[in-house]
Amino acid sequence: MTSRSLWQDAWLRLRKNRAAVVSAFVLVFLGLVGIFGPMLSPHPYDRIYQQYVRVAPSLEAYPRADDILPGLEREMRRARLTGGEPELSGSTLSVDLTSDEPIDERVLRYFQRSDLFYAPKLELAEGGLTGTLSMNVERSYFLLGTDNLGRDMLSRIMIGVRISLAIGLLASAMALVLGVAYGAISGYLGGRVDSVMMRIVDILYSLPFIFFVILLLVFFGRSLVIIFIAIGATEWLDMARIVRGQTLSLKRREFVQAAEALGATQTGILRRHIIPNALGPVIVFVTLLVPKAILLESLLSFLGLGVADPMTSLGLLISEGAANMRGATWQLIGPAAVLTVILFALNFLGDGLRDSLDPKER
Amino acid sequence: MLGYTLRRLAGAIPTIFIIVTLTFFAIRLAPGGPFDLERPLDPLIMANLERAYNLDAPLWKQYLIYLGNLIRGDLGPSFARRDFSVNDLFAAGLPVSIMLGGMALGLAAVLGTFFGAIAALRQNSWIDTAIVAVATLGITTPNFVIAPLLSLFFGVVLGILPAGGWSNADPSFWVLPIVTLALPQVAVIARLVRGATVEALRANHVRTARAYGLPARVVVGVHALRAAMLPAVSYLGPTAAALLTGSVVVETIFGIPGIGRYFVQGALGRDYTLVMGTVVVIAVFVVLFNLLVDLCYAWLDPRVRYD
Amino acid sequence: MATGFGIAAAALMLSAGFASAQVTLNRGNDTDPATLDHHRTSSVAEGRIMKDLYDGLVIQDAKGDAIPGTAESWEVSEDGLTYTFKLREDAKWSNGDPVTAQDFDFAFRRIMNPETAAGYASMLFPIKNAEAVATGQMPLDDLGVRAIDDRTLEITLGAPTPYFIELLTHQTGLPLHRASVEANGDRYTQPGTMVTNGAYKLISFQPNDRIVMEKNEHYYDAENVQIDTINWIPFEDRATCLRRFEAGEVQICSDVPGEQMDYVQQNLPDQLRIAPYLGTYYLPIKGADGSPLKDARVRQAISLVIDREFLASEVWSETMLPGYSVVPPGIVNYVEGGVTLDYPEDMLDREDQALALLEEAGVTEGSLSVELLYNTSENNKNTMAAVADMLGNIGINATLNETEGATYFNYLREGGPFDISRAGWIGDYNDPQNFLFLFGSEVRFNYSRWVSPEYDAIMVRAAAETDLAERAKVLAEAEALLLQEMPIVPILYYSSRALVADSIGGYEDNLMDAHATRWLSVN
Repeated sequence: MTSRSLWQDAWLRLRKNRAAVVSAFVLVFLGLVGIFGPMLSPHPYDRIYQQYVRVAPSLEAYPRADDILPGLEREMRRARLTGGEPELSGSTLSVDLTSDEPIDERVLRYFQRSDLFYAPKLELAEGGLTGTLSMNVERSYFLLGTDNLGRDMLSRIMIGVRISLAIGLLASAMALVLGVAYGAISGYLGGRVDSVMMRIVDILYSLPFIFFVILLLVFFGRSLVIIFIAIGATEWLDMARIVRGQTLSLKRREFVQAAEALGATQTGILRRHIIPNALGPVIVFVTLLVPKAILLESLLSFLGLGVADPMTSLGLLISEGAANMRGATWQLIGPAAVLTVILFALNFLGDGLRDSLDPKER
Repeated sequence: MLGYTLRRLAGAIPTIFIIVTLTFFAIRLAPGGPFDLERPLDPLIMANLERAYNLDAPLWKQYLIYLGNLIRGDLGPSFARRDFSVNDLFAAGLPVSIMLGGMALGLAAVLGTFFGAIAALRQNSWIDTAIVAVATLGITTPNFVIAPLLSLFFGVVLGILPAGGWSNADPSFWVLPIVTLALPQVAVIARLVRGATVEALRANHVRTARAYGLPARVVVGVHALRAAMLPAVSYLGPTAAALLTGSVVVETIFGIPGIGRYFVQGALGRDYTLVMGTVVVIAVFVVLFNLLVDLCYAWLDPRVRYD
Repeated sequence: MATGFGIAAAALMLSAGFASAQVTLNRGNDTDPATLDHHRTSSVAEGRIMKDLYDGLVIQDAKGDAIPGTAESWEVSEDGLTYTFKLREDAKWSNGDPVTAQDFDFAFRRIMNPETAAGYASMLFPIKNAEAVATGQMPLDDLGVRAIDDRTLEITLGAPTPYFIELLTHQTGLPLHRASVEANGDRYTQPGTMVTNGAYKLISFQPNDRIVMEKNEHYYDAENVQIDTINWIPFEDRATCLRRFEAGEVQICSDVPGEQMDYVQQNLPDQLRIAPYLGTYYLPIKGADGSPLKDARVRQAISLVIDREFLASEVWSETMLPGYSVVPPGIVNYVEGGVTLDYPEDMLDREDQALALLEEAGVTEGSLSVELLYNTSENNKNTMAAVADMLGNIGINATLNETEGATYFNYLREGGPFDISRAGWIGDYNDPQNFLFLFGSEVRFNYSRWVSPEYDAIMVRAAAETDLAERAKVLAEAEALLLQEMPIVPILYYSSRALVADSIGGYEDNLMDAHATRWLSVN
């Protein structure tokens, strides 16, 4: 026996697995994007751009060159201003105004409120009948387009990544802690204990999940925590059954029986022999469980029980995207691509972890 | 093994009893009732309705009535579909769901095991990578995306399969729903089988068998795959129960008269009897399939013993 | 070889088709009916089914106008209280029995019987003593309906009701075949047992799959009914109907998925039917006691800043119209042009007005926070998110609270507290009273629990007025008060939207969205 622990050993081997390391970086990066992205994005995730509803993804800035002057004319009409030929130099737009009545400073609001312009300035001549209005053209980038209310998809995806990764993490944590322990104990102790413990799992499986969530929301109010609890509480059941299945087989193996003969405690056997040997399927299953949990949340949102607008999640974005896929394909492709990347990364990391944790490789 | 099976079957009755009892009282705690429609009813008419459906009786009395009927196999009248009893609804829908789910399950099990085993045998080759990649895509793409895409492509663009609808007689209506149901399961099973097979191939007895020069096919088939199937089987139990009782999304998108939609329709419409019916059906399937899974363990791995 | 066989088989099927000349229509509906017992139905989707199966005293023609149905004529007494209907001699049930006045009499008594627990019996409360009978305070015999002979039915009203004929087009006024209902009780709706007097009869009802109807040869106008078989298919997912429509599997969709309007407008412009519809989408405002929301000026300010054009064109992709009144335009028995909110076109002007109103009411910027409560649906969510954004423009902080359907409706019914919620109303019959009665102090649809004795008094006056033009003015007074006090903010009018294949003839867009299959043909 070496003095290195199972985990140190695994860590060393994991570091050599390039796919796993890259995947880990990708996940950490996406995690950071989820946490900090919405703060850094120029568009708040709940900001509605009335003038940019359902615009397609583009590397070019909005407004398009052809839209600037009509946009200006529209605002001038609304502000009841008349003026000469507008001048556009770089991103600065200016126009000479003439009026029969003194021009009120408050007309600036029309240009402030517009999604197209910012920092409007009014220089009035004596008497206020003529003057120059100048403003900057607001260049907005919607790299992934906007949704049906004119909200930036990129910002929404970032906030969605935050929520969905949190759900995935929580569901995996529940499954790893509760599911693995529960399954291992049930399988190892066997007999009547196993029977009772597994019947409890059967009962939890059969309870109507939607009602369960409705009740939680009614009694505890709507909050992210409640949704997390609801999803976490259901996702450990499969894990418990899988680990129990492995344990039933493992506990008859020679090395477990040897340990028993040597007088190892039950906890010790579970911790040192059963669980490490069941880790392979456990890790594979975690990589399957994360997408399940993320998509389960989208079902809840669809039924009006999930995260509430303007908050969103990847699952919810995908289901909205699916409804809009004819006509606004980008609303589906963006979030779906991100979810796919997350799952690929999880997959490779999971495989790497499994290989490095495999006791037989030691 | 027979004794064990019988004991488990007998044990199923208290399990189902607990499920029924818990659900019966839990669903009544949720606000709203079966007659809370977008247009509220006249209070007096509401009272008439509640009387007609025994909803005005004390809850414990309703519970006893329900239990009494349940023992006789009567799941009661549906609140939301008043021309049908819950038994009628299941008699019409369950065969459809079981047929679709069963075929999807069979397809998924065969394809999943096949691809999983291939990937494991050719570990780290391009075949492996391709299978893992496709499987990951299969798991990532939710059925509410796959179903409309399939329907659009095969039904509208190519026009070779019905875009939706159902017929008990014409198998062309079955293809797309089965594929939609099976795809994610193929992916999951392939991953589980691959993982377990990789592990099993490293196990001592398999290494020994290989060292003796037994052909790879035999080694995999006889030794590795059997043990490797354990996690897949654990996963398949509840999955089978879920598949055979229908999928809300697939049934809604393809317009299939199965029972999957009743879970959501019942819960959202507060159709108490329908929800209870779905819970009973689910419970029976879950209990049965988990028993089957446990029996499979013993068959797949002789070391597993129940005492 | 295989191809040859295919063609031969197709030719065979084609010739078989010609031999019987069967015309089949696959018609989408919003959802399955809760029941085929029309006394227990309430929704529009159920109405479509029932109106194909039954023929009432008065029916809707292809344009949705009320025309004589099983009653060939009627007379109204001087005081407007007694209606005497003369039934057609050739009206028959699907089993060949004649349709008699007793069948109608039986149906009206059944729907008012408290034991029937008919959820929508209140529709017919204008009939004399109906409310007392339905609530068990009077015996059934006292109902103001009487079969004078086989072909004469007399209905007495409690008060003059100018819209009574319109009202009879609703499914609550349909007859029942007395013998089969009495013999089979509540199971009379089973295929094979159900006897109907409409253009069609029931063949089968497979839940979540389809309702099959066939032409009723005994129908008095059977020779003009052109479609032999209808498959009514429920589509909970509108997008499914669109796909099946494009694949040619369905000829009529009763709705179009809002998210795909752009696509439909571009690709199916001739098949898309959008027509004004008798319905209003509005926001009840309640507020806790002492809340600024109890001040009408604050409610007006809220109404002012809601940009209805944006909601209609962007959020609803023009499947709704901007709404500035409670009673939708195009309704009959109302004043010319209706009563509408007269707002400046420009949103910033409106915001100025709103800010002035808020200042008058003593609400400073940022001091008022409201919660927008709504039931789950993609468009409700987007509407409320946009409204919250608009309220932010005048310094009102709005948060969203989405609630699942049954919980939501229960909450409103029980009078739970809320700031601003949403509701919609589709007219049951073509009369402004059907919209304005909603806000009476004692009415359960008055979610804001707004109490105005003045409003109630106007509505009483309107009910007593027999002159239609005068009555219209009184009702307009009521709406003007409603829009002044603003317990609810009307924001959108519904429009009906449907997909109709080119092969379908006789489908005329109308305000009632009434398109009985009887008027349609497949070319």
